[in-house]
Amino acid sequence: MQVIDNHEAIGTEGGVRLSEASARDYFELLKPRVMSLVVFTGLAGMVLAPGHINPFIGFIAILCIAVGAGASGALNMWYDADIDAIMTRTAKRPIPAGKITPNEALSFGMTLSAFSVCILGIVVNWLSAGLLAFTIFFYVVIYTMWLKRSTPQNIVIGGAAGAFPPMIGWACVTNGIAIESIVLFLITFLWTPAHFWALALFKMRDYGAVGVPMLPNVSGEATTKTQIVIYAVLTAIIGIVPTVLGFSSIGYGAFAAALGLGFIWYSIGVYRMPEGDEKMVPAKKLFAFSILYLFAIFSALMVDHLIATLWLTAGKVA
Amino acid sequence: MMEFVTLTDAQKKSRRGRNIALGVVLFGLVAIFYVVTLIKFSNGMVQ
Repeated sequence: MQVIDNHEAIGTEGGVRLSEASARDYFELLKPRVMSLVVFTGLAGMVLAPGHINPFIGFIAILCIAVGAGASGALNMWYDADIDAIMTRTAKRPIPAGKITPNEALSFGMTLSAFSVCILGIVVNWLSAGLLAFTIFFYVVIYTMWLKRSTPQNIVIGGAAGAFPPMIGWACVTNGIAIESIVLFLITFLWTPAHFWALALFKMRDYGAVGVPMLPNVSGEATTKTQIVIYAVLTAIIGIVPTVLGFSSIGYGAFAAALGLGFIWYSIGVYRMPEGDEKMVPAKKLFAFSILYLFAIFSALMVDHLIATLWLTAGKVA
Repeated sequence: MMEFVTLTDAQKKSRRGRNIALGVVLFGLVAIFYVVTLIKFSNGMVQ
């Protein structure tokens, strides 16, 4: 219960705001969809890392990474509540919907951030906790507070926040950073622009209405389409680097190359899309494929690694 | 003089839901620290 100045807030009675927010509303603050991606890529980093981690400690590490990512989502919703209320995609989020006040979201996000970082540090190691803390800082302060509203390159640089989880997962097992974990970081980092600009193309009016300088609004559709193709090519290249560096098999490399060609194919579809296309079907297709691409790449890396481990184990037994 | 506020059914229901969620989280934290302590002891990491 909390006393606030805004008497128009829901559930008020005599100036005292009586919250009707459910636990589900607080869970929505954590951006569960984004969290699922973070959990998956974090798990991939942990599986691919050399060495062993106790399964329960590994589970706690993934839980901390998920809660840390969720906390940064809550802090993002706290800061962006003004523009979320205007954009159709975000208008139903708990703060603009009036279910949770911005201050409640801020407290919730800060508490979860502190808990997730401290528990990860105490239970696993302080390098991974430091990386998680930096990820939260990067997403909330560097991306949300600074880049998002000031440059059309916001999601290129800000994408780093979403790319850190596999590196954190790797650090949980090895207590270090390696070229392999940097490659895992780069896969998500280079994938983000094409993924997000595809969304920005068909949600261009939303971003324009709130003054967020997304690339399609600032530089136009043509430049955005060219940039999407460039980043799709870079994503396809980095996708096969694990094989080039020798920490994944030729089989994975072939699979990643096929997926990469698919990514480029869909990006060319967007490139050929007529200027001012109302439905923007190719952009929606690329957006959907990009999600599938990332899940498929990290799944393939894990499956490839598990097969290699089983092969090695079988060879030792024989 | 103290002022009392009467909660509506919706407010009571949501408060109960939040309290249960908080209870589950607290219980989860206790369980996590208990199991982690056992693991660390069994690994000989705690002197």
